[in-house]
Amino acid sequence: MASPIEQFEIKPLIKLGSIGKSEIAFTNSALFMVIAVALIVLLFVYGTRSRSLIPGRIQALAEMGYEFVANTVKDSAGHDGMKFLPLVFSLFMFVLFCNLVGLVPGAFTVTSHLIVTAALAALVIFTVIIYGIYKHGAHFFGLFVPKGVHPAMLIILVPIEVISFVSRPISLSVRLFANMLAGHIALKIFAGFIATLLFAGGWAVLSPLPLALTVALTALEFLVAVLQAYVFAVLTCIYLHDALHPGH
Amino acid sequence: MATPATTTTGTVAHGGEAAHGGAFPPFQSETFASQLLWLAITFGVLYYIADKVIVPRLGAILADRASRIGGDLNEAAAMKAKAEEAVAAYEKSLAEARAKSQAIAQEARDAVNAKSDARRKAVEADLSAKLVEAEGKIVAMKTSAMGNVSGIAAEAAATIVTKLTGTAPSQAAVDDAVKSSIEG
Repeated sequence: MASPIEQFEIKPLIKLGSIGKSEIAFTNSALFMVIAVALIVLLFVYGTRSRSLIPGRIQALAEMGYEFVANTVKDSAGHDGMKFLPLVFSLFMFVLFCNLVGLVPGAFTVTSHLIVTAALAALVIFTVIIYGIYKHGAHFFGLFVPKGVHPAMLIILVPIEVISFVSRPISLSVRLFANMLAGHIALKIFAGFIATLLFAGGWAVLSPLPLALTVALTALEFLVAVLQAYVFAVLTCIYLHDALHPGH
Repeated sequence: MATPATTTTGTVAHGGEAAHGGAFPPFQSETFASQLLWLAITFGVLYYIADKVIVPRLGAILADRASRIGGDLNEAAAMKAKAEEAVAAYEKSLAEARAKSQAIAQEARDAVNAKSDARRKAVEADLSAKLVEAEGKIVAMKTSAMGNVSGIAAEAAATIVTKLTGTAPSQAAVDDAVKSSIEG
Protein backbone atom coordinates (compact mmCIF):
# COMPACT_ATOMS: atom_id res chain seq x y z
CA MET A 1 0.00 0.00 0.00
CA ALA A 2 1.32 3.42 -0.96
CA SER A 3 1.98 5.90 1.78
CA PRO A 4 -1.07 8.11 2.47
CA ILE A 5 1.10 11.22 2.25
CA GLU A 6 2.54 10.36 -1.14
CA GLN A 7 -0.38 12.22 -2.76
CA PHE A 8 0.87 15.51 -1.30
CA GLU A 9 4.29 15.29 -2.89
CA ILE A 10 5.31 18.11 -5.17
CA LYS A 11 6.72 16.71 -8.39
CA PRO A 12 8.37 19.02 -10.89
CA LEU A 13 7.02 18.59 -14.41
CA ILE A 14 9.12 21.21 -16.18
CA LYS A 15 12.22 22.54 -14.46
CA LEU A 16 12.95 26.20 -14.93
CA GLY A 17 16.05 26.69 -12.77
CA SER A 18 16.69 27.35 -9.13
CA ILE A 19 17.19 30.14 -6.62
CA GLY A 20 19.68 28.99 -4.00
CA LYS A 21 18.37 25.72 -2.58
CA SER A 22 14.85 26.27 -3.93
CA GLU A 23 14.06 24.85 -7.29
CA ILE A 24 11.79 26.82 -9.59
CA ALA A 25 9.72 24.46 -11.70
CA PHE A 26 6.33 23.96 -13.22
CA THR A 27 5.10 21.34 -10.76
CA ASN A 28 2.01 19.17 -10.40
CA SER A 29 0.78 21.76 -7.90
CA ALA A 30 1.22 24.52 -10.49
CA LEU A 31 -0.57 22.38 -13.07
CA PHE A 32 -3.62 22.02 -10.85
CA MET A 33 -3.61 25.74 -10.03
CA VAL A 34 -3.73 26.37 -13.79
CA ILE A 35 -6.51 23.77 -14.20
CA ALA A 36 -8.56 25.39 -11.42
CA VAL A 37 -8.17 28.88 -12.88
CA ALA A 38 -8.92 27.56 -16.38
CA LEU A 39 -12.14 25.92 -15.14
CA ILE A 40 -13.19 29.14 -13.36
CA VAL A 41 -12.53 31.18 -16.51
CA LEU A 42 -14.35 28.60 -18.61
CA LEU A 43 -17.43 28.74 -16.38
CA PHE A 44 -17.55 32.48 -15.72
CA VAL A 45 -16.20 33.96 -18.94
CA TYR A 46 -16.99 31.43 -21.64
CA GLY A 47 -20.26 30.40 -19.92
CA THR A 48 -21.57 33.97 -19.87
CA ARG A 49 -20.35 35.05 -23.32
CA SER A 50 -23.89 35.41 -24.70
CA ARG A 51 -24.99 37.64 -21.78
CA SER A 52 -28.53 36.29 -22.27
CA LEU A 53 -31.45 37.92 -20.56
CA ILE A 54 -32.80 34.42 -20.00
CA PRO A 55 -29.78 32.39 -18.92
CA GLY A 56 -28.89 28.92 -20.14
CA ARG A 57 -27.72 26.24 -17.75
CA ILE A 58 -24.06 27.27 -17.64
CA GLN A 59 -24.87 30.95 -17.37
CA ALA A 60 -27.40 30.25 -14.61
CA LEU A 61 -24.69 28.35 -12.72
CA ALA A 62 -22.23 31.22 -13.18
CA GLU A 63 -24.85 33.74 -12.05
CA MET A 64 -25.65 31.63 -9.00
CA GLY A 65 -21.97 31.51 -8.04
CA TYR A 66 -21.57 35.23 -8.56
CA GLU A 67 -24.71 36.12 -6.63
CA PHE A 68 -23.74 33.78 -3.80
CA VAL A 69 -20.39 35.52 -3.36
CA ALA A 70 -21.91 38.98 -3.88
CA ASN A 71 -24.55 38.31 -1.20
CA THR A 72 -21.92 36.97 1.19
CA VAL A 73 -19.85 40.13 0.73
CA LYS A 74 -22.91 42.36 1.09
CA ASP A 75 -24.09 40.60 4.26
CA SER A 76 -20.72 40.31 5.99
CA ALA A 77 -18.77 43.36 4.81
CA GLY A 78 -21.59 45.78 4.05
CA HIS A 79 -22.40 47.71 0.88
CA ASP A 80 -19.08 49.55 0.76
CA GLY A 81 -17.38 46.15 0.93
CA MET A 82 -18.54 45.50 -2.63
CA LYS A 83 -15.31 47.03 -3.97
CA PHE A 84 -13.61 43.93 -2.57
CA LEU A 85 -15.95 41.64 -4.49
CA PRO A 86 -13.33 40.72 -7.15
CA LEU A 87 -10.89 39.74 -4.38
CA VAL A 88 -13.41 37.69 -2.39
CA PHE A 89 -14.80 36.16 -5.58
CA SER A 90 -11.28 35.14 -6.72
CA LEU A 91 -10.43 33.71 -3.30
CA PHE A 92 -13.68 31.76 -2.95
CA MET A 93 -13.60 30.36 -6.47
CA PHE A 94 -9.88 29.56 -6.36
CA VAL A 95 -10.20 27.68 -3.06
CA LEU A 96 -13.47 26.01 -4.10
CA PHE A 97 -12.14 24.80 -7.45
CA CYS A 98 -8.79 23.69 -6.01
CA ASN A 99 -10.67 21.72 -3.33
CA LEU A 100 -13.13 20.15 -5.78
CA VAL A 101 -10.55 19.35 -8.47
CA GLY A 102 -8.42 17.79 -5.71
CA LEU A 103 -11.21 15.29 -5.03
CA VAL A 104 -10.82 13.75 -8.47
CA PRO A 105 -8.90 10.50 -7.91
CA GLY A 106 -5.25 10.95 -8.80
CA ALA A 107 -5.50 14.73 -8.79
CA PHE A 108 -3.31 16.98 -6.66
CA THR A 109 -4.94 19.17 -4.01
CA VAL A 110 -3.33 22.61 -4.16
CA THR A 111 -4.94 23.72 -0.88
CA SER A 112 -3.44 20.78 1.05
CA HIS A 113 -0.18 22.73 1.23
CA LEU A 114 0.18 25.15 4.11
CA ILE A 115 2.34 27.53 2.08
CA VAL A 116 -0.52 28.09 -0.40
CA THR A 117 -3.23 28.65 2.22
CA ALA A 118 -0.84 30.82 4.25
CA ALA A 119 -0.11 32.94 1.20
CA LEU A 120 -3.84 33.41 0.57
CA ALA A 121 -4.44 34.25 4.24
CA ALA A 122 -1.52 36.69 4.17
CA LEU A 123 -3.03 38.33 1.09
CA VAL A 124 -6.29 38.81 3.01
CA ILE A 125 -4.69 40.15 6.17
CA PHE A 126 -2.31 42.52 4.33
CA THR A 127 -5.24 43.81 2.30
CA VAL A 128 -7.08 44.47 5.57
CA ILE A 129 -4.11 46.22 7.22
CA ILE A 130 -3.05 48.29 4.20
CA TYR A 131 -6.58 49.32 3.26
CA GLY A 132 -7.46 50.00 6.91
CA ILE A 133 -4.48 52.30 7.44
CA TYR A 134 -4.92 53.96 4.03
CA LYS A 135 -8.59 54.66 4.71
CA HIS A 136 -8.60 55.45 8.42
CA GLY A 137 -4.95 56.26 9.28
CA ALA A 138 -4.11 55.80 12.94
CA HIS A 139 -7.82 55.46 13.64
CA PHE A 140 -7.54 51.92 12.23
CA PHE A 141 -5.72 50.88 15.41
CA GLY A 142 -8.92 51.70 17.31
CA LEU A 143 -9.74 48.13 16.28
CA PHE A 144 -7.59 46.98 19.20
CA VAL A 145 -9.27 49.27 21.75
CA PRO A 146 -12.76 48.09 22.74
CA LYS A 147 -15.18 50.95 23.40
CA GLY A 148 -16.97 51.62 26.69
CA VAL A 149 -14.40 49.76 28.79
CA HIS A 150 -12.69 51.11 31.90
CA PRO A 151 -9.17 52.39 30.94
CA ALA A 152 -7.57 50.08 33.49
CA MET A 153 -9.08 47.07 31.70
CA LEU A 154 -7.42 48.14 28.44
CA ILE A 155 -4.05 46.97 29.77
CA ILE A 156 -5.42 43.43 29.55
CA LEU A 157 -7.86 43.82 26.66
CA VAL A 158 -5.56 45.48 24.11
CA PRO A 159 -3.03 42.61 24.10
CA ILE A 160 -5.94 40.14 23.81
CA GLU A 161 -7.32 42.04 20.81
CA VAL A 162 -3.85 42.18 19.24
CA ILE A 163 -3.35 38.45 19.73
CA SER A 164 -6.78 37.71 18.29
CA PHE A 165 -5.97 39.85 15.24
CA VAL A 166 -2.57 38.22 14.71
CA SER A 167 -4.03 34.72 15.08
CA ARG A 168 -6.55 35.36 12.30
CA PRO A 169 -4.25 34.62 9.34
CA ILE A 170 -2.91 31.59 11.20
CA SER A 171 -6.35 30.12 11.87
CA LEU A 172 -7.53 31.06 8.37
CA SER A 173 -4.69 29.21 6.67
CA VAL A 174 -4.34 26.26 9.06
CA ARG A 175 -8.10 25.55 9.03
CA LEU A 176 -8.20 25.11 5.25
CA PHE A 177 -4.88 23.27 5.05
CA ALA A 178 -5.68 20.87 7.89
CA ASN A 179 -9.16 20.07 6.60
CA MET A 180 -7.91 19.25 3.13
CA LEU A 181 -4.88 17.30 4.36
CA ALA A 182 -6.79 15.26 6.95
CA GLY A 183 -9.66 14.51 4.58
CA HIS A 184 -7.38 13.23 1.86
CA ILE A 185 -5.30 11.17 4.26
CA ALA A 186 -8.45 9.57 5.72
CA LEU A 187 -9.77 8.80 2.25
CA LYS A 188 -6.48 7.25 1.21
CA ILE A 189 -6.20 5.14 4.36
CA PHE A 190 -9.72 3.74 4.15
CA ALA A 191 -9.36 3.11 0.42
CA GLY A 192 -6.10 1.31 1.22
CA PHE A 193 -7.92 -0.94 3.71
CA ILE A 194 -10.11 -2.22 0.87
CA ALA A 195 -7.07 -3.52 -1.02
CA THR A 196 -5.43 -4.87 2.13
CA LEU A 197 -8.56 -6.80 3.15
CA LEU A 198 -9.13 -8.17 -0.37
CA PHE A 199 -5.73 -9.88 -0.25
CA ALA A 200 -6.10 -11.09 3.36
CA GLY A 201 -7.78 -14.44 2.62
CA GLY A 202 -11.05 -14.94 4.54
CA TRP A 203 -10.97 -11.35 5.78
CA ALA A 204 -11.87 -10.34 2.23
CA VAL A 205 -15.58 -10.63 3.16
CA LEU A 206 -15.08 -7.54 5.33
CA SER A 207 -13.75 -5.44 2.46
CA PRO A 208 -17.17 -3.85 1.64
CA LEU A 209 -17.02 -2.10 5.03
CA PRO A 210 -14.13 0.25 4.21
CA LEU A 211 -15.58 0.61 0.71
CA ALA A 212 -18.86 1.91 2.15
CA LEU A 213 -16.88 4.14 4.48
CA THR A 214 -14.84 5.49 1.57
CA VAL A 215 -18.01 6.33 -0.33
CA ALA A 216 -19.43 8.10 2.71
CA LEU A 217 -16.14 9.93 3.30
CA THR A 218 -16.08 11.07 -0.31
CA ALA A 219 -19.50 12.66 0.16
CA LEU A 220 -18.27 14.26 3.38
CA GLU A 221 -15.16 15.56 1.60
CA PHE A 222 -17.34 17.25 -1.03
CA LEU A 223 -19.18 19.00 1.78
CA VAL A 224 -15.90 19.97 3.43
CA ALA A 225 -14.48 21.23 0.11
CA VAL A 226 -17.41 23.60 -0.40
CA LEU A 227 -17.78 24.51 3.25
CA GLN A 228 -14.10 25.41 3.71
CA ALA A 229 -14.15 27.62 0.63
CA TYR A 230 -17.25 29.33 2.05
CA VAL A 231 -15.69 29.69 5.50
CA PHE A 232 -12.58 31.21 3.92
CA ALA A 233 -14.69 33.71 1.96
CA VAL A 234 -16.93 34.63 4.91
CA LEU A 235 -13.99 35.18 7.27
CA THR A 236 -12.31 37.29 4.59
CA CYS A 237 -15.48 39.40 4.41
CA ILE A 238 -15.62 39.77 8.20
CA TYR A 239 -11.98 40.87 8.34
CA LEU A 240 -12.58 43.29 5.49
CA HIS A 241 -15.53 44.67 7.46
CA ASP A 242 -13.03 45.55 10.19
CA ALA A 243 -10.88 47.39 7.68
CA LEU A 244 -13.91 49.34 6.45
CA HIS A 245 -15.39 50.09 9.88
CA PRO A 246 -12.67 49.83 12.53
CA GLY A 247 -14.88 51.61 15.07
CA HIS A 248 -17.09 48.57 15.66
CA MET B 1 12.78 24.10 -21.11
CA ALA B 2 16.15 22.53 -21.50
CA THR B 3 17.34 21.23 -18.17
CA PRO B 4 20.79 19.95 -17.38
CA ALA B 5 20.87 16.22 -16.71
CA THR B 6 22.66 16.72 -13.41
CA THR B 7 19.80 18.72 -11.97
CA THR B 8 17.31 16.08 -13.05
CA THR B 9 19.08 13.22 -11.36
CA GLY B 10 19.62 15.31 -8.25
CA THR B 11 15.92 16.10 -7.98
CA VAL B 12 14.85 12.55 -8.63
CA ALA B 13 17.11 11.33 -5.87
CA HIS B 14 15.74 13.99 -3.57
CA GLY B 15 12.12 13.19 -4.48
CA GLY B 16 12.68 9.50 -3.81
CA GLU B 17 14.08 10.30 -0.39
CA ALA B 18 11.02 12.41 0.41
CA ALA B 19 8.66 9.62 -0.56
CA HIS B 20 10.26 7.11 1.74
CA GLY B 21 10.08 8.58 5.21
CA GLY B 22 11.53 11.96 4.20
CA ALA B 23 10.10 15.32 5.20
CA PHE B 24 6.33 15.64 5.22
CA PRO B 25 5.60 17.14 1.74
CA PRO B 26 3.69 20.24 2.96
CA PHE B 27 6.69 21.16 5.11
CA GLN B 28 9.39 20.74 2.46
CA SER B 29 10.55 24.32 2.33
CA GLU B 30 12.48 23.90 -0.94
CA THR B 31 9.14 23.59 -2.79
CA PHE B 32 7.76 26.81 -1.33
CA ALA B 33 9.37 29.20 -3.80
CA SER B 34 7.92 27.53 -6.86
CA GLN B 35 4.49 27.04 -5.23
CA LEU B 36 4.39 30.72 -4.30
CA LEU B 37 5.51 31.74 -7.78
CA TRP B 38 2.79 29.74 -9.50
CA LEU B 39 0.20 30.76 -6.93
CA ALA B 40 1.07 34.41 -7.59
CA ILE B 41 0.84 33.90 -11.35
CA THR B 42 -2.39 31.86 -11.40
CA PHE B 43 -4.15 33.82 -8.66
CA GLY B 44 -2.97 37.09 -10.21
CA VAL B 45 -4.44 36.09 -13.57
CA LEU B 46 -7.66 34.96 -11.89
CA TYR B 47 -7.94 38.23 -9.94
CA TYR B 48 -7.28 40.26 -13.08
CA ILE B 49 -9.96 38.38 -15.05
CA ALA B 50 -12.41 38.52 -12.12
CA ASP B 51 -11.85 42.27 -11.74
CA LYS B 52 -11.92 43.16 -15.43
CA VAL B 53 -14.35 40.65 -16.94
CA ILE B 54 -16.28 38.36 -14.59
CA VAL B 55 -17.54 40.77 -11.93
CA PRO B 56 -18.44 43.64 -14.31
CA ARG B 57 -20.06 41.28 -16.81
CA LEU B 58 -22.15 39.30 -14.32
CA GLY B 59 -23.02 42.50 -12.46
CA ALA B 60 -24.21 44.02 -15.74
CA ILE B 61 -26.20 40.90 -16.70
CA LEU B 62 -27.96 40.83 -13.33
CA ALA B 63 -28.53 44.61 -13.28
CA ASP B 64 -29.93 44.46 -16.83
CA ARG B 65 -32.30 41.71 -15.85
CA ALA B 66 -33.36 43.50 -12.67
CA SER B 67 -34.05 46.74 -14.57
CA ARG B 68 -35.86 44.86 -17.33
CA ILE B 69 -38.02 43.04 -14.79
CA GLY B 70 -38.59 46.29 -12.91
CA GLY B 71 -39.60 48.05 -16.15
CA ASP B 72 -41.92 45.23 -17.13
CA LEU B 73 -43.51 45.25 -13.69
CA ASN B 74 -44.03 49.02 -13.86
CA GLU B 75 -45.57 48.67 -17.30
CA ALA B 76 -47.84 45.91 -16.05
CA ALA B 77 -48.85 48.05 -13.05
CA ALA B 78 -49.65 50.99 -15.37
CA MET B 79 -51.73 48.73 -17.61
CA LYS B 80 -53.53 47.32 -14.62
CA ALA B 81 -54.33 50.83 -13.39
CA LYS B 82 -55.67 51.67 -16.86
CA ALA B 83 -57.82 48.56 -16.94
CA GLU B 84 -59.16 49.34 -13.48
CA GLU B 85 -59.97 52.86 -14.62
CA ALA B 86 -61.87 51.48 -17.59
CA VAL B 87 -63.76 49.08 -15.33
CA ALA B 88 -64.65 51.92 -12.97
CA ALA B 89 -65.88 54.09 -15.87
CA TYR B 90 -67.92 51.21 -17.24
CA GLU B 91 -69.46 50.50 -13.85
CA LYS B 92 -70.25 54.16 -13.38
CA SER B 93 -72.03 54.41 -16.71
CA LEU B 94 -73.81 51.14 -15.98
CA ALA B 95 -75.02 52.50 -12.62
CA GLU B 96 -76.12 55.71 -14.29
CA ALA B 97 -78.07 53.83 -16.92
CA ARG B 98 -79.66 51.65 -14.28
CA ALA B 99 -80.68 54.68 -12.22
CA LYS B 100 -82.13 56.33 -15.31
CA SER B 101 -84.12 53.27 -16.30
CA GLN B 102 -85.40 52.90 -12.76
CA ALA B 103 -86.50 56.54 -12.74
CA ILE B 104 -88.33 56.08 -16.02
CA ALA B 105 -90.00 52.91 -14.81
CA GLN B 106 -91.00 54.60 -11.55
CA GLU B 107 -92.48 57.53 -13.45
CA ALA B 108 -94.49 55.26 -15.68
CA ARG B 109 -95.66 53.22 -12.70
CA ASP B 110 -96.69 56.37 -10.83
CA ALA B 111 -98.63 57.66 -13.81
CA VAL B 112 -100.45 54.38 -14.24
CA ASN B 113 -101.19 54.19 -10.50
CA ALA B 114 -102.54 57.73 -10.43
CA LYS B 115 -104.79 57.04 -13.41
CA SER B 116 -106.17 53.83 -12.03
CA ASP B 117 -106.63 55.39 -8.59
CA ALA B 118 -108.67 58.20 -10.07
CA ARG B 119 -110.79 55.75 -11.98
CA ARG B 120 -111.29 53.54 -8.98
CA LYS B 121 -112.29 56.50 -6.85
CA ALA B 122 -114.84 57.64 -9.44
CA VAL B 123 -116.30 54.17 -9.70
CA GLU B 124 -116.38 53.79 -5.94
CA ALA B 125 -118.11 57.17 -5.51
CA ASP B 126 -120.66 56.19 -8.11
CA LEU B 127 -121.24 52.84 -6.49
CA SER B 128 -121.63 54.25 -2.98
CA ALA B 129 -124.12 56.82 -4.26
CA LYS B 130 -126.14 54.04 -5.85
CA LEU B 131 -125.86 52.02 -2.67
CA VAL B 132 -127.18 54.88 -0.54
CA GLU B 133 -130.06 55.36 -2.96
CA ALA B 134 -130.86 51.67 -2.94
CA GLU B 135 -130.71 51.54 0.85
CA GLY B 136 -133.13 54.49 1.03
CA LYS B 137 -135.49 52.65 -1.30
CA ILE B 138 -135.24 49.50 0.77
CA VAL B 139 -136.00 51.41 3.99
CA ALA B 140 -139.05 53.10 2.33
CA MET B 141 -140.29 49.83 0.96
CA LYS B 142 -139.77 48.10 4.33
CA THR B 143 -141.67 50.84 6.14
CA SER B 144 -144.60 50.70 3.69
CA ALA B 145 -144.57 46.92 3.76
CA MET B 146 -144.67 46.97 7.59
CA GLY B 147 -147.64 49.35 7.46
CA ASN B 148 -149.43 47.01 5.09
CA VAL B 149 -148.59 44.04 7.32
CA SER B 150 -150.18 45.61 10.46
CA GLY B 151 -153.31 46.58 8.45
CA ILE B 152 -153.68 43.03 7.08
CA ALA B 153 -153.00 41.55 10.53
CA ALA B 154 -155.61 43.77 12.20
CA GLU B 155 -158.12 42.88 9.57
CA ALA B 156 -157.33 39.17 9.85
CA ALA B 157 -157.38 39.34 13.65
CA ALA B 158 -160.74 41.14 13.66
CA THR B 159 -162.17 38.54 11.25
CA ILE B 160 -160.79 35.62 13.35
CA VAL B 161 -162.14 37.16 16.61
CA THR B 162 -165.58 37.76 14.93
CA LYS B 163 -165.69 34.21 13.64
CA LEU B 164 -164.69 32.72 17.00
CA THR B 165 -166.67 34.91 19.36
CA GLY B 166 -169.46 36.13 17.08
CA THR B 167 -168.88 39.69 18.23
CA ALA B 168 -166.75 42.15 16.34
CA PRO B 169 -163.96 43.65 18.50
CA SER B 170 -163.39 47.35 18.61
CA GLN B 171 -160.96 48.79 16.07
CA ALA B 172 -158.76 50.29 18.80
CA ALA B 173 -158.42 46.99 20.77
CA VAL B 174 -157.41 45.09 17.59
CA ASP B 175 -154.82 47.74 16.64
CA ASP B 176 -153.31 47.66 20.17
CA ALA B 177 -153.09 43.88 20.15
CA VAL B 178 -151.47 43.74 16.68
CA LYS B 179 -149.05 46.52 17.58
CA SER B 180 -147.92 44.83 20.78
CA SER B 181 -147.48 41.47 19.07
CA ILE B 182 -145.42 42.97 16.20
CA GLU B 183 -143.25 44.99 18.57
CA GLY B 184 -142.98 42.22 21.17
